[in-house]
Amino acid sequence: MLPVPPPAPADRQAVRHRPRIGVVKFASCDGCQLTLLDLEDDLLAIADRVDIVEFAEATSRRSSGPFDILFVEGSISTPEQVEEILRLRAVTTTLVTIGACATAGGIQALRNWADHDAVRSLVYPHPEYVESLATATPVADHVAVDAELRGCPISPDQLREFVTAVLAGRRANLPDEAVCAECKRRGIVCVAVTGGVTCLGPVTRSGCGALCPAFGRGCYGCFGPRESANGPGLATWLERDRTPTDVARAFALFDAWSPPFRRVIDAAGGPPGPIDGSTAKEPPDA
Amino acid sequence: MHDTVIAPGGADLDVDVRNLTRVEGEGSLHLRVSDGAVESAHLEIFEAPRYFERLVVGRSMDEVIDIVARICGICPVAYQMTAVHAAEAAFGVTVDPATVALRRLLYCGEWIESHALHIYLLHLPDLLGYPSAIDLAQHARATVEGGLRLKRAGNAIVARIGGRAIHPVSVRVGGFSRVIRRDEIASLRADLAEALDLVEATIELVASLQPPVFRREARLVALRAPDEYPMNHGRIVSNDGLDIAAVDWESMFEERQVPWSNALQAFGRDGRPYLLGPSSRVTLDADLLHPRAAAALVRHDLADRIANEPNWSIAARAIELVHAVAEAIDIVEGYEPPTVGGVPWTPREGIASWATEAPRGLLFQRFGLDADGRVVDARIVPPTSQNQAAIEADLALFAPTVLDRPHAEITHLLEQLIRSYDPCISCATHFLDLQVEETS
Repeated sequence: MLPVPPPAPADRQAVRHRPRIGVVKFASCDGCQLTLLDLEDDLLAIADRVDIVEFAEATSRRSSGPFDILFVEGSISTPEQVEEILRLRAVTTTLVTIGACATAGGIQALRNWADHDAVRSLVYPHPEYVESLATATPVADHVAVDAELRGCPISPDQLREFVTAVLAGRRANLPDEAVCAECKRRGIVCVAVTGGVTCLGPVTRSGCGALCPAFGRGCYGCFGPRESANGPGLATWLERDRTPTDVARAFALFDAWSPPFRRVIDAAGGPPGPIDGSTAKEPPDA
Repeated sequence: MHDTVIAPGGADLDVDVRNLTRVEGEGSLHLRVSDGAVESAHLEIFEAPRYFERLVVGRSMDEVIDIVARICGICPVAYQMTAVHAAEAAFGVTVDPATVALRRLLYCGEWIESHALHIYLLHLPDLLGYPSAIDLAQHARATVEGGLRLKRAGNAIVARIGGRAIHPVSVRVGGFSRVIRRDEIASLRADLAEALDLVEATIELVASLQPPVFRREARLVALRAPDEYPMNHGRIVSNDGLDIAAVDWESMFEERQVPWSNALQAFGRDGRPYLLGPSSRVTLDADLLHPRAAAALVRHDLADRIANEPNWSIAARAIELVHAVAEAIDIVEGYEPPTVGGVPWTPREGIASWATEAPRGLLFQRFGLDADGRVVDARIVPPTSQNQAAIEADLALFAPTVLDRPHAEITHLLEQLIRSYDPCISCATHFLDLQVEETS
């Protein structure tokens, strides 16, 4: 039995009853929704306080809405997905995009630079069986988004913080700072300055705990650009001892389609790989 | 949204389960019956294609390792392990024995995480009649919590070695991006000790289940290595005498495109479907199981059911959980870190090709490389796209045995059967081979 909801506060959308939560996906790897299940110790505690009414990967109970909070994974890449996200937006109070695919297009957005018909007929013997759009785009290109969790995949800590904040009716604390700040706090020696490693830390939003530098690698930007990130500025610095093409390939990963990264890739003439979709191999006969 | 359409028309029957739940990714089942005989059983995969084989063109193999992980959030290690071994074979790189052990430990972590997820969050609630693990937890909270702790132990291994549980960052051609220290690995001991108790309890629980009876003979295919239960290397073997090098996958198997699926289907070149995954491995590699897992297999007399009854795949996963936890403990106990994270290597032109055992079965990758070691063309064949045809064949066999039941029960039983293969649809869809040809 659901408890009788108390009257709604007049001035904010604080959750006032057992909120109806949905988790849906578009073009993606399932890793961000899996992060919800990876909350492990807290998963059942959260489930005690909300109604998970739609989460196809986890439950056979289904709902087409309405949702108080809808977590959306994946980028929009087929005609059906364009219609579905519009429908979902109309039945959702707080729409939250989770992960690089939903917030920036994901790795599959690299096809946005390519000739889609050429790619599709190259990879499918029967391209007519497959319906897909020429682009894979962020959810925010199609509908209004109320909140976003970044990362490829999202951080379990940020997800926990977000859910806790929603249940408490407060604003989630998701700092917008560069990975460099986290790196300094962890006392990690700068891999870019001391090791000459290509690192996108200065333009990338924190949240991972400076993971790659902690493992001796440069940041590859999977949390996407922080606010007012100067992609071309970092690119100019990196180009002191790298070709523009090699700099662009570092940006051309999971958040490639985000404007600050896209500008760098465009300036270099696109991501690696032939943009007409051709390869050394002949396309198959249909 | 979850509309099940069953339209009986005389002896004809149309069963249409749209949006399968508790599977990874988006798919449907369409069964057509005419005059009491199954005319077609289609596992329809409508997950949006992401064109990975195109996305890796022009990339170095280190970039490929980061990119192919994104094919699947549940088994990123499998994609990374296959790519890194393919690259090292192509470039003639020999890695440190400690690196070999760490990679095996990393894979154990992924098997534990993936199998615990499927058993406790997807399959067990299903077999007990609950719509989800959250519903099951209201009646058996300790059981679900135990399963989640087991899953956490697997995730902890991946996170300790790779930085995070999903899309780890440390796997590089030549080794790891830095030395993984002894204290980092030793810190896994407590979780793994608890996990060992949990997997033994899991076996007892699973052996007590009574899934629906459905026996059939299937062609089972898995890797087999001389010295160890298969993960990172081995030859491709089957229960009907196949024994080929992993790099020769394309000589014995082929992929076809069918109109109802965005994933290519694989068949033997003789046109027969085949089944990969835990049931195949436990059957074909039983003698290589860790003694603890081998003992559990015998104690509960599970081998025959695992080989012949798809609904008993949960037992194969439970046996492999015992194996993976026991072996992880052995590796942790014996771990001596290498002096350097990775060994140096130089790229060269050629073919980088390899197969490993993902949690859901054999994963094959082949990359054509130019003189700079950049990808020219790629083929990636995940286990679920290979299992599709076998799943459809089993559905067509099973359906006639339950057609006299009420409609809701038919759909439930068919959906349950599909779930028993642990299909990872997100994996399956993204592989669109450049050479495949379907003549119709």
